[in-house]
Amino acid sequence: MSAVVSWARRATLFVGFVFLYAPIVILAVMSFNASRLVSVWGGFSTKWYAALLENEQLLHSAKVSLAAALTSATISTLLGLLAAISLTRFGRFRTRFLFFGAVHAPLVLPEVVLGLALLTCFVAFGVGRGFITLVIGHVTLTMCFTTVAILAALRDRDPALEEAAMDLGATPLGAFVRVALPQIAPAIVTAYLLAFTLSLDDLVIASFATGPGATTLPMRIYSQVRLGVSPQINAISTLLLALVAVALGLAALVSFRRARRDGQVVTSLARAPDNAS
Amino acid sequence: MSAPLLSVKSVSKKFGAVVALEDVSLDVGAGEFFALLGPSGCGKTTLMRCIAGFESPDAGTIALNGDDLSGVPPYRRPVNMMFQSYALFPHLNVFENIAFGLRRQGETRDAIDARVNELLAMTQLSAFGPRRIVELSGGQKQRVALARALAPRPKMLLLDEPLGALDRKLREETQFQLKEIQRLTQTSFLIVTHDQDEALALADRIAVMRAGRVEQIAGPMEIYDRPATRFVAGFVGETNFIEGRLDRNGAAALITEYGRIPCEPGNLPDGAQATLSVRPERIGVARDGEGIAGVVENFVFRGETTLLRVRVASNIVLRAAASHGERHAIGDSVRLSFPPGAGALLAEER
Repeated sequence: MSAVVSWARRATLFVGFVFLYAPIVILAVMSFNASRLVSVWGGFSTKWYAALLENEQLLHSAKVSLAAALTSATISTLLGLLAAISLTRFGRFRTRFLFFGAVHAPLVLPEVVLGLALLTCFVAFGVGRGFITLVIGHVTLTMCFTTVAILAALRDRDPALEEAAMDLGATPLGAFVRVALPQIAPAIVTAYLLAFTLSLDDLVIASFATGPGATTLPMRIYSQVRLGVSPQINAISTLLLALVAVALGLAALVSFRRARRDGQVVTSLARAPDNAS
Repeated sequence: MSAPLLSVKSVSKKFGAVVALEDVSLDVGAGEFFALLGPSGCGKTTLMRCIAGFESPDAGTIALNGDDLSGVPPYRRPVNMMFQSYALFPHLNVFENIAFGLRRQGETRDAIDARVNELLAMTQLSAFGPRRIVELSGGQKQRVALARALAPRPKMLLLDEPLGALDRKLREETQFQLKEIQRLTQTSFLIVTHDQDEALALADRIAVMRAGRVEQIAGPMEIYDRPATRFVAGFVGETNFIEGRLDRNGAAALITEYGRIPCEPGNLPDGAQATLSVRPERIGVARDGEGIAGVVENFVFRGETTLLRVRVASNIVLRAAASHGERHAIGDSVRLSFPPGAGALLAEER
């Protein structure tokens, strides 16, 4: 192959990466900018990170976001597991098709519509909006993803494995816990991290579902950016980015290790949605 | 035989409109090696799953040692199953797979260690305890599955096509191992297979099944030499079906358009339409003398014997096996002789 073609390929790859990641890299780099101006490099500094620690509002929002992400990811993983079990185990029950559709609906539903629906619902039932409604909103948003991830893993399993466990004296629950659960554990971890990430960076649903006192980090950032960009926003965004990257990295690692163990193709992450928001 | 270990009485099972089992009854004795033989879809696997407890019969009873098993879940039945796919737990190593049933029984650590090591030795897997399942060959997986099912000392072991996934050479070797292990453990083995050679080679008794019904239950030799129905005769081994009318006067014989074929009349009446099933190797082939005249149309060398296709009438070809050393050419005239006990006489069906 000629050197020209080879170089053209590398250049194409480089342009592609620049297109995808340059904004993120610039954002992260600028968080270490000593200057207050967003567009001018004034030397390396971590002062914005230090300032962040004194920004009560931002810290409070970060806590709200983390707490909401942890809670909603836990609930939605549990619900997703139950939904996936009922979709794979109970045969063709009468409302299966309806249930299948209902579980998967938020995948294709515009977030704004889902958020508005949630808001209408909370108002109709007279539920005061706050942390709890925020969690409910995020569970609604993320449960479809956890269900899909766990469903795929449950479907790939050999049903004879659990029968074998029962044949050897394990109760149905025991067989599930000892044989099925270890098999789908990587998918459950992936689902949890996915839900966590989705909840952490969600802005739309949170704007509808939450109330005063439970402002999430993305909401805070968004409202502050409207008043002008402070390098503190870059700093908190970089931290958020790092957290999401770590979570997704863990999910990838889990899938990869499992794939290497079982000699399968990594599929769980390929099903993950685009997280740019 | 003393009281049977397993007693299946008039068991029927339907899946929707499909009849999987219809009025199936059979007994399996303690320490017996019993085979359920039949083509796929004959209900043999369904019957096995009913015994294991994964399916419940619509009618009839299954009893073990005289205790009715209906309503007893699989995990409380003292029978274990070796699955066709082996169903080994991929997240556990070989040792833990075999120990699984023992741990559920709440045995002590020492007892489990001793029992698992005993089984590893029996299945020639002693060095493989810490291995992962994915690191095993097909034959090794098969032995782990066997050891795992035997570990909790079941009253009866169910084996679903245990040799199905192995290649030919390994299969024969494993047949001997399986027989040896059955003899050592004194456990009743109930094997499901569609392979007649496997059933004949392994089992003390065979139940031949067809479309949800049991056609015949007998020892391998009887199944082969005295098939009860045309289906059994055709499914187990090679055979000739000779149709004719029974003549009980003097030495009983079947009258066909090409001659009299001596046979044992059984309890069929004189003049009845009947079919005689004769294995090719039971037919004598000679160049001249007594017997049915025919012309060699084709032959296949099989090593031990040479299988001849002999045309005895314009529309009838019989297969006969000439023993080693006899040479025949296409177009040779031969005489086929039938010793009186050579075939099994079957009543005309329907």
